[in-house]
Amino acid sequence: MKLAPSLKLPVAAALVALSTSVLALDGQPGIHDPSTIVVHEGRFYTYGTGRGLPILVSDDGWTWRREGSLMSAVPGGKPGPETLARGGNNTWAPDVIRLGDQYFVYYSAPGEQPKSAIGLLVGRTLDPTSPDYKWEDAGPVVWSDGIEDSNAIDPGVFRDPTDGRLWLTYGSYFGYIRLVELDPKTGLRRFPNREPMNIAINSEASIIIYRDGWYYLLVTHGSCCRGATSTYNIRMGRSRKVTGPYLDNMGIDMLEGGGKLFAGSRGRQIGPGHFGLLDLGDGVQKFSLHYEADLDRGGISVLEIQPLLWRDGWPVAGENFAAGTYTIESARTGTVLELAVQGIPVGGFRPRRLGPPPSTDGPPPEPPPAPAIPDQVAEDVGMNWPAGDVDLRLAPAMLQAQQKWTITPVANAGGYLGSPYFKITVAGTERALAATAEGELSAVRTFSGAPEQLWRIDQLTDGTYRVMPKAVPGSKDALALSAVGSSMPTLAKFDPKSDRQRWHIRAP
Amino acid sequence: MTIIKKIHACGLSLLAMSLLLGNEVLAEEASARPPAPSLSRPTTPHQLVDARGFIRRWLVLEPMPHSGPLTESAVQESLQSKPLPSLVSVPSEGEVVDLHGGLKWHALDTLRYNVNLYHFAWALSKPTSNVVFWAVTTVESPRDLSGVRLAIGSNAASNWWLNGERVIAIYDDRQTVIDDGVSKRISLKKGRNVIVAAIVNGGGATDFCARFLDENDRPITGLSVSLQSP
Repeated sequence: MKLAPSLKLPVAAALVALSTSVLALDGQPGIHDPSTIVVHEGRFYTYGTGRGLPILVSDDGWTWRREGSLMSAVPGGKPGPETLARGGNNTWAPDVIRLGDQYFVYYSAPGEQPKSAIGLLVGRTLDPTSPDYKWEDAGPVVWSDGIEDSNAIDPGVFRDPTDGRLWLTYGSYFGYIRLVELDPKTGLRRFPNREPMNIAINSEASIIIYRDGWYYLLVTHGSCCRGATSTYNIRMGRSRKVTGPYLDNMGIDMLEGGGKLFAGSRGRQIGPGHFGLLDLGDGVQKFSLHYEADLDRGGISVLEIQPLLWRDGWPVAGENFAAGTYTIESARTGTVLELAVQGIPVGGFRPRRLGPPPSTDGPPPEPPPAPAIPDQVAEDVGMNWPAGDVDLRLAPAMLQAQQKWTITPVANAGGYLGSPYFKITVAGTERALAATAEGELSAVRTFSGAPEQLWRIDQLTDGTYRVMPKAVPGSKDALALSAVGSSMPTLAKFDPKSDRQRWHIRAP
Repeated sequence: MTIIKKIHACGLSLLAMSLLLGNEVLAEEASARPPAPSLSRPTTPHQLVDARGFIRRWLVLEPMPHSGPLTESAVQESLQSKPLPSLVSVPSEGEVVDLHGGLKWHALDTLRYNVNLYHFAWALSKPTSNVVFWAVTTVESPRDLSGVRLAIGSNAASNWWLNGERVIAIYDDRQTVIDDGVSKRISLKKGRNVIVAAIVNGGGATDFCARFLDENDRPITGLSVSLQSP
């Protein structure tokens, strides 16, 4: 999260809502060419371009910190001699995958491009404090000789969920994006004497993902490394076979420059590149990337994590949840979350219109003036609400004050992958949504920052949201806001196959 | 719309009359109108909830008038202005409440998942609009069950009590939707548990349905229903 220095308050004093609606990762998210984020023993790891392959670590996926470099744990502290000979003494753009009890890190070791190599490091733990922490150089996996139409950098590793086969894509602008098969036991090429397959051209940062019978090749187009003038953008094609052809939404082969836009610059973050999939299960997918320039952080390149949605057979870049005032509508029932108080119609009670006016001679009368009715706010009607804690329920949306919720990120309260925790209050009040010890819901009179009042909001792949308290008093279960009935919300274990725990969060 | 609904219901009633010929359903009141097509008089002391968990045996009191809208305040005023039935015991079939010239409790089995109160009142030549229906039943649990929920649908507003404690209150004009109003997690005690409901109708059709959900929100089947006090 972008916090001005003056807002970096001590924890005890800082459980306050931020007014910003722009959320970016907290801590030290500066990185370029991040690897796919991997979870190891509850921590999140990614590696990037730079001397020794710098490490970013996060305990919760929200606040990130630098923690040394990968090469510091490699004998010699640099690529091995064979990799150096095939490529050069640079360390760029790695990717990482876990297979069994091993981690394979593929990294770029370019010399004078396009003479480059991709080396392999093998380790058993990502935790630098573990006594087992070390990386062994397994030598180069692929390389380019500086003459051929290839630049062997920017590895992207993919395990095919349909058959377990392991694949590596690589390449950067000097010609083709290439594909080779790897041996899942060693991480090295399975058929080293076969020619690599060309699957795209004039792009970089390639990686493959799979969903519902389609393979998707995501690459980065445009220019990198030029700060706010970088034109980086992520594009994609899809194929029924891992080996291609990968066609975009217009049927153009990525070997001929095709590519449907997946993510472009937005707002004050410019130049997205280096897609990495994060499949959290239960219908929650996210992706990592970097922006070439974050204008709120001096224009440096930064890590970002965003929801991954799917629409019409294509991945769609979602946006992290932003502060605002919303209705929270059940995907199961279409009813909205509200305080269980008697509502008052917006504009007040009005007499029911009783049919057409009696017929008279002459022209019909002019209709009476119909000025706009102002929005109802809690200040207008809240004096009738109970003073203490109030139950929650679901009701037809009528834009009444007890149906509008202000959702605000909470500073220094931690977070989850890509987002901080939020407080959810009735708009215009401090009445805060809270989980109870019985696994039910209550609106407490004031927000205290207690874990049961902090909420995790994940956008699911269909665009709806899952809403979960950070904790339920006296319980270790992870529960989600659930429509157990058309008029009754509760907390229940998330069922990805049901609409019970799916919510539309919209501007009222 | 209301008129159309009534004509349709009348048609159903005439059809059902021939099907139920000889049945004693509401026979004493049926001199003017045919019996309720979806309801019958219980013939056994116990009945299991149906395969989807719906409770299909109830004692229902003839309707009493309700004035005002179906808002929370108006419904509460209506319910509190009249003597409530006991919330922890079951009246006897045929017992008369000394209100509005005498209102009788009727024992009913519904042939469907829901209890059609419009059928019930219309067959008795009683009003169906701007009325309150009280309904009572008991559900026998083979053991203590915790973490369950009472789940109801009602046309229109309704309040529900389990063993004397109000567990559901839904208001405003609404159609019966299965599992519309759902209680918080509650417990069924071993033995008989008394359910009392007040359904308040504005106009048109009126009915309700009720069942219990387990801790995983699945219908509970196998419960025995009777009209006997604990």
